[in-house]
Amino acid sequence: MFAYIIRRTFFSVVVLFFSSVVIFGLVAMGPDPLTELKLNPRVTQADVERITAAYGLDQPLPVQYGIWIRDIVLHGDFGESFKQNTSVNSIIVIRIWPTILLMGSSLIVTVLIAIPFGIYSAIKKYSALDNAGTFLSFVGYSMPTFWLGLILQLVLGVYLTSWAGYRIFFISGMSSANGAGPVDLLQHLALPVITLSVISVAEFSRFQRSAMLDVLTSDYLRTARAKGLSQRVVYLKHALRNALLPTVTLVALSIGLIFGGAVITETVFAWPGLGFLLFDSLNKGDFNVARALLLIGAALVVFCNLLADIAYSFVDPRVRYE
Amino acid sequence: MVDQRRDAGSELEGVLEADAGEGYGNVKGRTQREIIWRRFRRHRLALAGGGVLVLLYIAAVVTPWIAPYGYAQIDFTTLNQPPSLRHLMGTDRLGRDELTRVMYGGRISLALGLAVGAFSTLIGATVGIFSGHYGRSIDVATMGFVDFMLTLPFLPLLLVAGKIFQFTPVTIIVALVLLLWPRMARLVRGQVLAVREQEYVVAARAIGVSNIKIMLRHILPNVVGVMVVEATLIVALAILVESAISYLGLGIQPPTPSWGNLLQDARTTMTQQWWLALFPGLMIVITALCVNFLGDGLRDALDPKAVE
Repeated sequence: MFAYIIRRTFFSVVVLFFSSVVIFGLVAMGPDPLTELKLNPRVTQADVERITAAYGLDQPLPVQYGIWIRDIVLHGDFGESFKQNTSVNSIIVIRIWPTILLMGSSLIVTVLIAIPFGIYSAIKKYSALDNAGTFLSFVGYSMPTFWLGLILQLVLGVYLTSWAGYRIFFISGMSSANGAGPVDLLQHLALPVITLSVISVAEFSRFQRSAMLDVLTSDYLRTARAKGLSQRVVYLKHALRNALLPTVTLVALSIGLIFGGAVITETVFAWPGLGFLLFDSLNKGDFNVARALLLIGAALVVFCNLLADIAYSFVDPRVRYE
Repeated sequence: MVDQRRDAGSELEGVLEADAGEGYGNVKGRTQREIIWRRFRRHRLALAGGGVLVLLYIAAVVTPWIAPYGYAQIDFTTLNQPPSLRHLMGTDRLGRDELTRVMYGGRISLALGLAVGAFSTLIGATVGIFSGHYGRSIDVATMGFVDFMLTLPFLPLLLVAGKIFQFTPVTIIVALVLLLWPRMARLVRGQVLAVREQEYVVAARAIGVSNIKIMLRHILPNVVGVMVVEATLIVALAILVESAISYLGLGIQPPTPSWGNLLQDARTTMTQQWWLALFPGLMIVITALCVNFLGDGLRDALDPKAVE
């Protein structure tokens, strides 16, 4: 198994290397980041050359890539922003916490709703509630995240406010200008969390249901029933443990995808996290920031996949190590 | 629990009765295709979803002839009107008929879904079948590449590409196919691995049937089921993703209407003109829902292990 982990880790590093090449190359195909500067008549040719050299843009692309990846790997340094007079790191650092807050909250909400509901649906298969859940989860993953966000903004943000006479949910940002505090934060957090949760509850609860159904038909559960254990003990002690295993993996994998999910929801709600930052930096033409974010996103996916695989090999002895 | 056992029992009896009831005389009427169609028909949501999809695609094809107005037809006497009999989905800030624009937008979204589904399936299935059939180093190399593609941050990458290349309907299809075919390849390859060691394939190989013929005649028919189901998932995903990046202004650019950029248009004024935010989104949900129901029905119908 040790050899398996080593090989799996090596593969992850290779994948990450190719990802970084693709990401670097894609962004390098983009527009010249210094166009504005070059068109500005008050900037002399010498200045342009000096700034180009300062960003390392005078070097051939492979050299640029080498310097870029070296700084990241050795110093954790993503370089300088093209548009804002500061380092990419300092821009990213202040945007991390809002994303963790938003994604963490919605993951907790999702797990708390989806797992009990999935287990219930499996135990009461084809009951009215289970059928409703099946139908609603189809609706859930047929719904574009951004549109759900828009409709929630309209109904719970705008209409509810004018109906109730005061504001319950804020539709953008993370805090009000005048008041900050836990209640204010919750008022801002609620809608994006609901948006994200609706869709992942749809996915997770169905997943949990089928995992539980697999377990419910297994022989050892029949044995447990046959020896006279109560339903409660059979479900909660015998079935649940094995049924939770696949879901734990799914949660681990979905952490890797957090960044992708964040882009849309954060942009719709102007939530000041990494996803909104990506959208923002693309609009500003700040490609160094976009490049760093893509690489972080890729690294997160690769890392979580690796972690899930390794964890699984520990937990499930049936995994083969070829 | 007692109930569940009784359920299981009666289901089984039902099967036995049905088999006995139909008797041997009717066996000739049960070709593979008929069995699949019978099972599919029973899934009413899938049937309905398929029906609605056919209608949507027909509407998309004949839109230029049946659309009530022109999609860029500006009318300053009917600005920002809520839905009415003359404008079923209302009008936008230039007095353009929203129904017409949704219809034209649907042409793009529906064609894109179909194209991405078809091309991803074609490429993915070909690669998957070759990779699974030949195995060894070819398999290791292609699946390594596929795994690599699957770890790329899908949506962020599309957004960056959209910013850099300014997507047109054609390039957005190309980009989506590039990112989605690996899913199909992975799935098909797994299925091929299960099939290729079956006795009849081994037998075919033993009597000297060529590789191409084995792949087309013996392996392909056994992977068509999972292929079709995955294809529907890809169609739905493509439509959802296109709408999202168009909504962010990085996908299909106005004046060409697509469901995504119609919603982008609606964003700033939706508190006054709710209909502009509602209808294009509703069309996306309906389309994706129908495709997903269709896929679910096909999964049940094409599953060889399913009990009648």
